[in-house]
Amino acid sequence: MFSYCTDPSTLEGLSWLSCYLTTGKHMNLYISVFVVLVLLAITAPVALLFGFGAASAARSKFLPLRWFGMGYTSIVRGVPDIAFFLFFVIALDQAFEWMRHKVKCPDWDQPVRQGIDFVVCDAAKLPLSTAPQWVHETYGFFLAVLTFSIVFGAFAANVLYGAMRAVPRAQIETAEAYGMTSRQAFWRILVPQMWVYALPGLSNLWMVLIKATPLLFLLGVEDIVYWARELGGTKTARFTDYPHPNWHVWYFAALLVFYLCFTKVSEVALDRIMKRLTKGQATAGGEAQRKAAA
Amino acid sequence: MSCVETIQAYAFRSLGFGERLLPKGEYTLCEHFTLIGSGMIWNVYFGVLALLTGFFLAVALAVGKSSANPMWRKPAEWFIFVFRGSPLFIQFFFAYACFLSLKGVSGFFDPFTSAWLGALIVLFCNTAAYSGEIFYGALLSIPKGDIEAADAYGMTGWTRFRRITFPTMMRLAWPAYTNEAIFLFHATTLVFFSGFPAWRQKGDALYYASYFADKTFNPFVPYPILAFYFILLTLVIISIFGFVNRRLNKHLPQERRSKTKLKLNLIR
Repeated sequence: MFSYCTDPSTLEGLSWLSCYLTTGKHMNLYISVFVVLVLLAITAPVALLFGFGAASAARSKFLPLRWFGMGYTSIVRGVPDIAFFLFFVIALDQAFEWMRHKVKCPDWDQPVRQGIDFVVCDAAKLPLSTAPQWVHETYGFFLAVLTFSIVFGAFAANVLYGAMRAVPRAQIETAEAYGMTSRQAFWRILVPQMWVYALPGLSNLWMVLIKATPLLFLLGVEDIVYWARELGGTKTARFTDYPHPNWHVWYFAALLVFYLCFTKVSEVALDRIMKRLTKGQATAGGEAQRKAAA
Repeated sequence: MSCVETIQAYAFRSLGFGERLLPKGEYTLCEHFTLIGSGMIWNVYFGVLALLTGFFLAVALAVGKSSANPMWRKPAEWFIFVFRGSPLFIQFFFAYACFLSLKGVSGFFDPFTSAWLGALIVLFCNTAAYSGEIFYGALLSIPKGDIEAADAYGMTGWTRFRRITFPTMMRLAWPAYTNEAIFLFHATTLVFFSGFPAWRQKGDALYYASYFADKTFNPFVPYPILAFYFILLTLVIISIFGFVNRRLNKHLPQERRSKTKLKLNLIR
C-alpha cells in the first residue's frame, strides 16, 4: 500500500502496523464489512415485505391463507433461529435445483435422492459447474440474503400483525360507515396508522438483525468473522512477510467494538425517529412530549 | 442394529458414553432421534446452569443500575451495554480466543477453553445482562405507593428490598423473564459453532443435526427433529415459569394478575 512497505522485515512499530493493516487480505476484511452492510440494506426491506405479506395473510378471510400466515409467523417462536439458518440454506438450494431439474431435464429417469446423495442433471446445477468463481460467491450470498429475509420476515410479521391489531377498531368502523370496502379501509386507514405502533418492535428487530449478521459465517459467506479467523491465526515467517503469533483476541475485540459502535449509533438514530413519529400522536409518548414542551 | 440397541449405544453419546464412532452409511430415523436427543443434554445443561447462576448477577446488575452512586451504576450500565450491544456469536469467539491465550500463561485456565466451562461463563454473563435490563425496567415500574407504604411502616434498606421491592420486581418482570429463558435455551445452540471445539464429537443437538444434514445432504429430516425437541423444551419452560408466575401473583385479584404472553424479541 505505502511506498515504504516493499521490505517488511526492516520495518518497526507503527510503520510495520500500517503496512500490515493494508495488505491485500486485510482489504478483503474491510470489503467484508461492506458485505455486512449490503446484507442489512437488502434484507431489511425484503424482510419487511415478507412480514407485511404474512401479517396481511394472517388477517385474511380466506382460511388456508390465514393458516399460512399464522403458521409462518409462529414457526420462529419455538425453534432456535440458527437452526432455521442452517436449514434454509440447504433446503432452498435443493429446492431451486430440483425445480430447474424438473424443467430442464424432463426425460431424466433416476430419482433425485439416491440414498444419501442428491443428484440432479448437470444442466440443472446451480450455479453451473462451468461458472466463474464470482458467480458461486454471489449465489451463496443470494441464498444467505433469502434465508435471512425468510427468518426475519417471520419476526417482522409478528410485529406488524400486533401493530395492525393495535390500530383502534373505531377507525375501521368509521371507514366502513363512510362506505369504504374492506380493501379500501385496509390500505387507506389501517396501513398508514399502524407504523407508529410497529416502530418500537421494528427498531428492536433492526438491532436483532444487526446482531445476527455474524451468522453469515455459518452460511458459508466469507464475512468479517471468516476474515478475522483467517487473519488472526498464527502466521509463520515461511508463508508471509508479516509473521505474528495468534492474534485472534485482537481481531475479535475489534469486531466486538465494531458491533458495539454500530448498535449504539442505531440506537441513537432510532430514538430520534421515534421522537419525530410520536410527535402529536394520541399515545402516552406523544402526551409526554406535549407536557415536556408546555 | 435395532432401535433399542441404537438407544443403548448413543443415548449418552454427547457425554462420551457408549459407542465411540458416530453412525455411518444409511442413517435411520431412530439414529437421528437418539443422537439429536443425546445432544439436547448439553443444551439443557448450558441453559439451566446459566439461568440459575445468571439470575443472581442479574438482580445485582438491576439494583446497581438503579443506584444513585455512579460507582455502582457505571459498571452495571457498561456491563449491560457490552453484552446486550454485541452479538453473542462474537462474544463466544472473543471469549474462546481470550481463554486460549490465558491458557498459555497459566495451566489454571485449561478447563476454560473447553465448552462446558468457557461457553457457560459467556452464557452466564450474557443472560445476566439481558435479564438485568428486564429487572431494571421492572424496578422502575414498581408502583410508588408500595415503596411509600414500606416507608410508612419504617422499613429501610435490606428489609424493604427483601419484603417489598424484590417480590414486586419479580412479579412485574416475570413474563419478560420467561421469554428471556426461552431465548437463552435457543442461544445455547451457538456454542459448538463458535470456536469451542466439540471434543471427540461430543456436541449439542444442533451439532448432531448439522452432522446428519452434512452427511445425508438432506436437511428435511434432522432439522425438523431438532425443532420437535426444542418445541418440547419450550413447552416445559413455559409450564415451569407459568407455575412460578401463578405463585408470584397469588395475592392479587384475578384480573390484575400479569399473564405470561409469549413474545419474541431477541436473537443475541
